[in-house]
Amino acid sequence: MSDAVKKPDPFPAAGNISDAEREDLRRNGILMTSFEELYNWGRTNSIWPLQFGLACCAIEMIAAATARFDIARFGAEIFRPSPRQADLMIVSGTVTNKMAPQVVRLWNQMPEPKYCIAMGACAISGGPFKQGYNVLKGIDRFIPVDIYIPGCPPRPEALLNGLIELQKKMKGEKLTGPDAARFTRADMPSEFPIPAYGAHDLEPPKNDSVWTPPKPEAKA
Amino acid sequence: MNPSQVSGFSPQLSAPAPFGGPAGPTVRQVHDQFHGDLLEVSMGPQHPSTHGVFRMVVTLDGEQIVKLKPVFGYLHRNHEKIAENTTYLASMPYTDRLDYLCSMSTNWAYALAVEKLAGQAVPERAQYLRIIMAELTRLVNHSCLVGFLFNDLGTSFTPLLYAFREREKIIDLFESLSGSRMMCNYQRFGGCRVDPTPEWIAAASALVDNFPRFLDEYEQMLTGNEIMLARTQGIGRLDPAHAVNAGLTGPVLRASGVDYDLRKVDGYGFYPKFDFRVPLGAHGDTYDRYMMRILEMRESVKILQQAFKELPAGPIMDPKAKLRGFRPKAGEAYGRLESPKGELGFYLISDGSPNPYRYRVRPPSLINLTLLEEMCLGHTIADSVVILGSIDIVLGEVDR
Amino acid sequence: METLEQIRDRLVARFPSAQVTLVTNPGAAAEHSLLLDATHAHDLALFLRDDPALRLDYCSNVTGVDWPDKEITDVTKTTVPDPAGGPPKIVESKTTRLQPGYLEAVYHLYSMALKHGPVVIRMRTANRSDAVALPSLTPVWRACDFQEREVYDLYGIIFERHPDLRRILMWDEFKDHPMRKDYVEPDDYEWEPTAHGDVLERAKANAATAENLKGGNLQPEVPQTPEAKP
Repeated sequence: MSDAVKKPDPFPAAGNISDAEREDLRRNGILMTSFEELYNWGRTNSIWPLQFGLACCAIEMIAAATARFDIARFGAEIFRPSPRQADLMIVSGTVTNKMAPQVVRLWNQMPEPKYCIAMGACAISGGPFKQGYNVLKGIDRFIPVDIYIPGCPPRPEALLNGLIELQKKMKGEKLTGPDAARFTRADMPSEFPIPAYGAHDLEPPKNDSVWTPPKPEAKA
Repeated sequence: MNPSQVSGFSPQLSAPAPFGGPAGPTVRQVHDQFHGDLLEVSMGPQHPSTHGVFRMVVTLDGEQIVKLKPVFGYLHRNHEKIAENTTYLASMPYTDRLDYLCSMSTNWAYALAVEKLAGQAVPERAQYLRIIMAELTRLVNHSCLVGFLFNDLGTSFTPLLYAFREREKIIDLFESLSGSRMMCNYQRFGGCRVDPTPEWIAAASALVDNFPRFLDEYEQMLTGNEIMLARTQGIGRLDPAHAVNAGLTGPVLRASGVDYDLRKVDGYGFYPKFDFRVPLGAHGDTYDRYMMRILEMRESVKILQQAFKELPAGPIMDPKAKLRGFRPKAGEAYGRLESPKGELGFYLISDGSPNPYRYRVRPPSLINLTLLEEMCLGHTIADSVVILGSIDIVLGEVDR
Repeated sequence: METLEQIRDRLVARFPSAQVTLVTNPGAAAEHSLLLDATHAHDLALFLRDDPALRLDYCSNVTGVDWPDKEITDVTKTTVPDPAGGPPKIVESKTTRLQPGYLEAVYHLYSMALKHGPVVIRMRTANRSDAVALPSLTPVWRACDFQEREVYDLYGIIFERHPDLRRILMWDEFKDHPMRKDYVEPDDYEWEPTAHGDVLERAKANAATAENLKGGNLQPEVPQTPEAKP
């Protein structure tokens, strides 16, 4: 069964040489790569996550780091306690209104290039606790999220799948040109304003430049 | 004699120093000499010791702790308010997420409270299954706790990998039985949800019979380790009278010598039929709290072996249990059981409607933290992490 | 252990001016409780803790409960003779009265020394608005420390003589008491494709920003209640 329409790859590989040509050259002892590819390859295979477990998903994140699921195969076993040394923030667990300013502060302290994975239903949208007065309905209200991993909690294999998707995304990032990656552009913010504790809710309850609520599709 | 004349290689290092007592200058005297300041450190809410979003505001005199104030609420997920708008049964998956390492025993505590409220009976096979699941959960929790405690002590990750290896075997069993590794949602009001197959019983039985070998391997690495002894003996002493007055329960209380285990005191479920001992500590320090977990794991293995041998056939749900349209009569009830962390209780007030009027979780982790400041005063900041690790908290339960 | 009536009699005998009432619990659990008055609660608690027969040294659970004002309708039937000479008519007259609400703190006490319990005690405030003070039992049982702070945070009961009464779960600048029955969350509307419950209500309130209830395939999954029609 062949699919007639080839779906566009969401994360195309950088560089202009096709894989067949590359393989041909490699067999002849010539390794060709572009600077972008080399740079991305180095970053992709040594992602250092921030040690940032909030709730139940954190236990599955720790389980992904243990011997059975082994995140070390992907180069990501060094969970850094300090945000200054990390380049991936896996938000695993419910983000409450009380914790949200600290999450944004940690995100601001991470140096570029940095990525965010929202692991679990609570980090994506508030999850089963969405109706709570103290629950932030998704961390993407304040910081930009690259990969969303649904589940409650997602299995460690799902987290590894999300990591692989992030690696694909990182491999496809361009350093120059009109669609260069976010971290190369000076006009894209890398630090976001930290919400303050208000009398009834966070102020502001969401950052409109990062996220706007989905518009319903008008069905005729 | 000025400090520069004291050579590092001198065998007389314990000789009287220029200031201070025979053991050398005390922190206080150095402080007076140099007019230092107190340092306030905010440890957390994001912190390497893997206990979740917990914050301690610690005031330090050099490295010694002078004041310690815990700050909670970073995981306050409004479970009690959500439960007032949900039916009794729909709150059961939320109880999985309270103490996320021990979902089976949290489910049982909630089912116990609701069954007390409604006067619901539970068949015999379900009682045995509940004890099996609760004791397997105790094994998971205590081995993970020992792993995390050694993480805090600085053996980065290796004992935790061994503990998680055993945990993976047990939660594989939970997954094949209930469908989920961690959030099992297994108990119902009047029994259990799924009946295990004979293959499951055989696999679980074999795992339990093998467990003492893992404990022996673990203890061989850890219990007699001299660094571990130096860092945990005498650290974080807890006086029994204070512990009782502060409402501490569970292994933390029993490590101080107070004999109060709800499995023996309340005798809920079918625990009176089982033959097991309750270990008690003598000193109430971190080392005793660690040994409590090891000894309780050995007792749990005994209970499990008895349970597998005597597991009767029969229904797993009471035939008169109502699954849909469950409306207990107006009234209130407080049901409690011995979870791996301490006394976990649920207080429910019903007004005859499908939703509870008041739903309250009595969290052992929060109340076990009442004496954290007293236990840490005078110790160094490195010890406070170890003491916190030995109390065994899970933030989902502390903040609910 | 003695029954609750015997405990109440001994308490009243020891503190004659105290008001101790037995509150029956109608459900199957039959856990009755003692209602203590606020002025003597501290002394009564000390007696319960130190009495050699009771030795209730372990306070297991402190809970806050909110009982809002309740409107009670009384129906009285009076027989009125018919002025036209026929059979007397029965006239129903309805009077409504407001039963004032209160906040309540419930304590579950056990004994670790004698291994018995529970003894449930309650304290009620005068109303829900300005007279919300109750004596703190933290000087008696240290276990009440964090739990009374939580009751203050979520219900608003002020515990007098608590060593450190401040919010524990919400941040300090927070103004409301969220577990009260009349707490209204800030309006934070997010469009959901299958709106239900109170999200449905908010969806209707925010109908100007979302055309989500027009169109055939976005049917709500709960039947519409009469007052919810736009």
